[in-house]
Amino acid sequence: MIPILTPHERALLDGAGGEAAALAMRVVVAAAELLGAQRLVEIASAHVDGCLYHGDGGVEFAERLVAGAGRVAVPTTLNVGALDLLHPGRVRADAHRTEMARRQMDAYLALGCTPTWTCAPYQAGHRPALGEQVAWGESNAIAFANSVLGARTERYGDFLDACCALTARAPLHGLHLGENRRATVVVDASVVPAALAADDVFYPVLGTWLGLEVGRDVAAIVGLPASVTEDQLKALGAAAASTGAVALFHVVGVTPEAPTLEAATGGVEPTRRVTLSAGAMRSALDRLSTTASDGVDAVAVGSPHLSLDEARRLAELVGGRRMAVPFYACTGRDVLKALEASGDANALAEAGVEVVVDTCVVVTPILPAAGGVLMTCSGKFAHYGPSNTGYEVVYGSLEDCVASAETGRIVRDEAVWTW
Amino acid sequence: MVKVADARVLVAAAGVGPLLRLRAPISFWGGVDPVAGTVADPRHPDHGRSIAGTVLLVPAAVGSSSSSAIMLELLREGTAPAAIVLGRADAILALGAVVGRELGYAPISIVELSPEALGGVADGDIVRIDEDGATFLG
Repeated sequence: MIPILTPHERALLDGAGGEAAALAMRVVVAAAELLGAQRLVEIASAHVDGCLYHGDGGVEFAERLVAGAGRVAVPTTLNVGALDLLHPGRVRADAHRTEMARRQMDAYLALGCTPTWTCAPYQAGHRPALGEQVAWGESNAIAFANSVLGARTERYGDFLDACCALTARAPLHGLHLGENRRATVVVDASVVPAALAADDVFYPVLGTWLGLEVGRDVAAIVGLPASVTEDQLKALGAAAASTGAVALFHVVGVTPEAPTLEAATGGVEPTRRVTLSAGAMRSALDRLSTTASDGVDAVAVGSPHLSLDEARRLAELVGGRRMAVPFYACTGRDVLKALEASGDANALAEAGVEVVVDTCVVVTPILPAAGGVLMTCSGKFAHYGPSNTGYEVVYGSLEDCVASAETGRIVRDEAVWTW
Repeated sequence: MVKVADARVLVAAAGVGPLLRLRAPISFWGGVDPVAGTVADPRHPDHGRSIAGTVLLVPAAVGSSSSSAIMLELLREGTAPAAIVLGRADAILALGAVVGRELGYAPISIVELSPEALGGVADGDIVRIDEDGATFLG
């Protein structure tokens, strides 16, 4: 069924906004039909994931929009591309791939997008308000925008994200609608020991479990400490969006749509209640490692991209030490600039940590080609590492990663997982 | 030629080819090599099989929204299936085909149909899907 369009939307479709806007509106309308949306919703901002090179078709699409005088109609940030533009040569790619990846990134700039090149745009100044309608791509950013900021987006991806940005419209469906944002599953985390619940290492594991357990359902988690940090929520959402189609979760007493459990569920009886257990967490933890090897060949952190806080914590940890294996810290260029200003970038470089910006090690070839075992404190890297890089993975805390990289032998603090 | 079903049309086009029934859900991103037109995920039971020119029965598409981009690359490379029959409607793959149409690539049919509707059709049997979703065997 064709959605009902406003006169402005109809005019865009008829070409009043130029060829590119008309193309973009045709795609948004087609998406609305596919998704069963009866009308479109006006959006306040977009985050575009379509700037990552997957092949020449994606370049042709973006350049077609540029040729049709396309221009984003709302503030639009960009997710990672396939190149580290600030460190040429860091990505191993042939001349064709390098040229096309660059052309794709350039085309999105020509459309008026902001060159954030980060999967954590919410830590690079793009923070929509509670209740604001937006169209975001990149699964972790979607989960963060919905859950931590209370903005409203569905899961947008290649092409549709850019078409929403050019038209300032998205199909009105799913999580754009209040009734679909209510929690239907309640997760009781009050049994988790306080020391574990305070530890960064817990959140990617909880997220891994959440994605597998609830899939696309909306969960309300009760019993987490009010002191849970933004970076911990970011890690939770990123892991949950890797193992399941999680685009929204609530943490009661912490996230904006869940001041109380009743607010999170809308007062409706949940369909399911689940209590966390040591066994379930152990099983999610084990899933994040694919090898029992005790050697490590490379370490990568920063998926999602490290926040300034996380990067500074890493700089502190590696200060005065020397990494024995390649160590990659992925972050946004804004964070790198701040690290350079504070001297932390030097500390990282002296310890042998390579800072990767604008892209990351699981979406483009950066890790040494020889392969082997990759250690990480990112649930998302641990999930996608094996298929995207060919490396086996081992999950541990940031402290574990640094200690392991220093010696080349895996060190993991297991005690924290026993309760 | 025997009519076996009326499928729900997601992307309207006609397509004909041998049926290939994937034995597990698939994420096209990370799971399909668009240059070779083959199943590329080593953990997938159909790893290595060619999907080009087939009527591809996908029980469920899963995973990343970057699968739209892989769909577009399959169309551009000429390695796409002749038609895709989804057990459960999926906007992500369909969007790749919608964009392919905008860029002038040869269109393919994408329909939703319960896998049981083709239960009696063997892998390799020729299946034809018309623009209106009418599905024929032989």
